[in-house]
Amino acid sequence: MCLAIPALVTQLLPDKMARISLDGVMKTISVMLVENVAPGDYVIVHVGHALAKIDQVEAAHTLALLAEAAALGEAAVAERRA
Amino acid sequence: MKYVNEYRDGALARDIAAAIAAEVRPDRTYAFMEFCGGHTHAISRYGVEDLLPANLRMIHGPGCPVCVLPVGRIDDAILLARRPGVTLCTYADLMRVPASKSASLLKAKADGADIRMIYSPLDAVRIAEAEPDRQVVFFAIGFETTTPPTAVALKTAEAKGLTNFSVFCNHVLTPVAMRAILDTPPAQGEPPIAIEGFVGPAHVSTIIGMEPYREFAENDRKPVVIAGFEPLDVMQAILMLVRQVNEQRSEVENQYIRAVTQAGNATAQAICEEYFEIRENFEWRGLGVLAASALKLRDKYARFDAEQRFAVTTVHADDNPACECGSILRGQKKPAECKLFGTVCTPETPMGSCMVSSEGACAAHWAYGRFREHQARSATSLLPVS
Repeated sequence: MCLAIPALVTQLLPDKMARISLDGVMKTISVMLVENVAPGDYVIVHVGHALAKIDQVEAAHTLALLAEAAALGEAAVAERRA
Repeated sequence: MKYVNEYRDGALARDIAAAIAAEVRPDRTYAFMEFCGGHTHAISRYGVEDLLPANLRMIHGPGCPVCVLPVGRIDDAILLARRPGVTLCTYADLMRVPASKSASLLKAKADGADIRMIYSPLDAVRIAEAEPDRQVVFFAIGFETTTPPTAVALKTAEAKGLTNFSVFCNHVLTPVAMRAILDTPPAQGEPPIAIEGFVGPAHVSTIIGMEPYREFAENDRKPVVIAGFEPLDVMQAILMLVRQVNEQRSEVENQYIRAVTQAGNATAQAICEEYFEIRENFEWRGLGVLAASALKLRDKYARFDAEQRFAVTTVHADDNPACECGSILRGQKKPAECKLFGTVCTPETPMGSCMVSSEGACAAHWAYGRFREHQARSATSLLPVS
C-alpha cells in the first residue's frame, strides 16, 4: 500500500498536475503535495501523487555508503579466508 | 529503472551481508521489527533473510493497511456499496479481503453492487464529476503515506463544488501502532517478543519526517532506522541497527536520505491538518481498539464524510477463529505457524487479510519464503561459514 516508485517529471501541466515517465511509460499525476517540482526532477509516486522529490546528492551519498559497507564485508571475508 | 536497480545489486548485497556477519557479536542474538509491509515484501522477495546471520532475526510488523483494517469496516463498505445510487471507489487491494459471512467487495460487485477499482483518489473525484446522479464514496485506507492524496481529492472535490462525493475514512497512524507493539502485553499463551529496534517506514517518513519516532529511541531505548524499500536499503538499515545495539546507542537514524528529511513534507502535513482530525478510537486487526490511532474528517467538512452522510455505525465482527492474522500482525507468530496457511488459505482463496495484500506477511511467505525454507534444508548458506 505504501509502495511508491521513483519517476522522472517530463512536463508540468495546469492545476498542479505533471507528466511523468516510468522508464518510458508515461503517466499523468498530481504534484500538489510537493513544492517547486520541475521537469528533470525525480519524484516518488504513490497512488497518482508525487510525495517527495528524490535528492540526487543524497542518493549518490547512499550508494557511496553502501560501497563502503560492502568493502568492509569483503575485507572481513578475505581476513577469514587468510 | 533509475533509483531502483542500483539498490538491488546482488553482489553488493552479499558484501553487505558479510559486513553484517562480521559486526554481529556471536555471543548474543538480535531481533528487529520491520514495521512496514513494504519491507516485509522486500525481505521475502530478495531473500534478505537468507543473507543474515543465524543470530539475527527479523520480525514482521503490522504496517500493512489492508491487513490491519478490521472486518467490521469491510462490512460497512459492502453495506455502503449495496445502497441504491451509491458507487464505491476502492483500491484494488481491498476487493478480496474477507468480510463477515464469507462476503467480500468482489462478491458484492458480482452481485451487482457498483464498485470500481481506482488507482488514484482523484479518479473517484472524476467519476463523481462525470456521473452527478451517483453518490460516489471513496473507501480511503492507508497510513500517513496515503492520507495526503485523500486530502488532495477532498480539496479538488471542494474546489469543483461537488455534492455527490464523500470519503469513508480509515486512515491510521504509524507511531501509535509502534507504541502498541511495544506496550501491549502478549496474548495468553503467546511468548513476549523482545524487539531491540525498528526498521522504520520509508514513505510514511517522507511525509511525517523523523521526529515522531524519537520517543521510541529516547524513552524506550529502541533504535529506529528509517529505510527505503529496496533490498540494499533494508540491509544497510540492518547494519546500522546492529551498530547501534553494539555501541549501546538508541537513536533515530535515516538510511533513506534520498527521500526523507528531518521535518518531512510540510505541504502534505498542512493539507492533512486542514481536512482531518484525530479519531477518538479505532479498531485494528491484531492490535485491538487503540485510542487516537486514526483520522476522521473535521466537522467543517462533514458534508464529505460518508460515515455521516450515510449514518454508518460500525459493528465489531470477529475474524475467522482459526486465522492467525492477529498474532502475525503483532509479530508473535510466523505465517507457517498458522494451520490454515497454504491449505485452506491461499492468495486465491484468502481466509485472512495477511494473505490478501501483497505486503501481507502471509502473502509474502506464500510467494517467496516457503520455497526458500524448503531449499534451506538441503542447500548450504550463501555466506562463507566462519
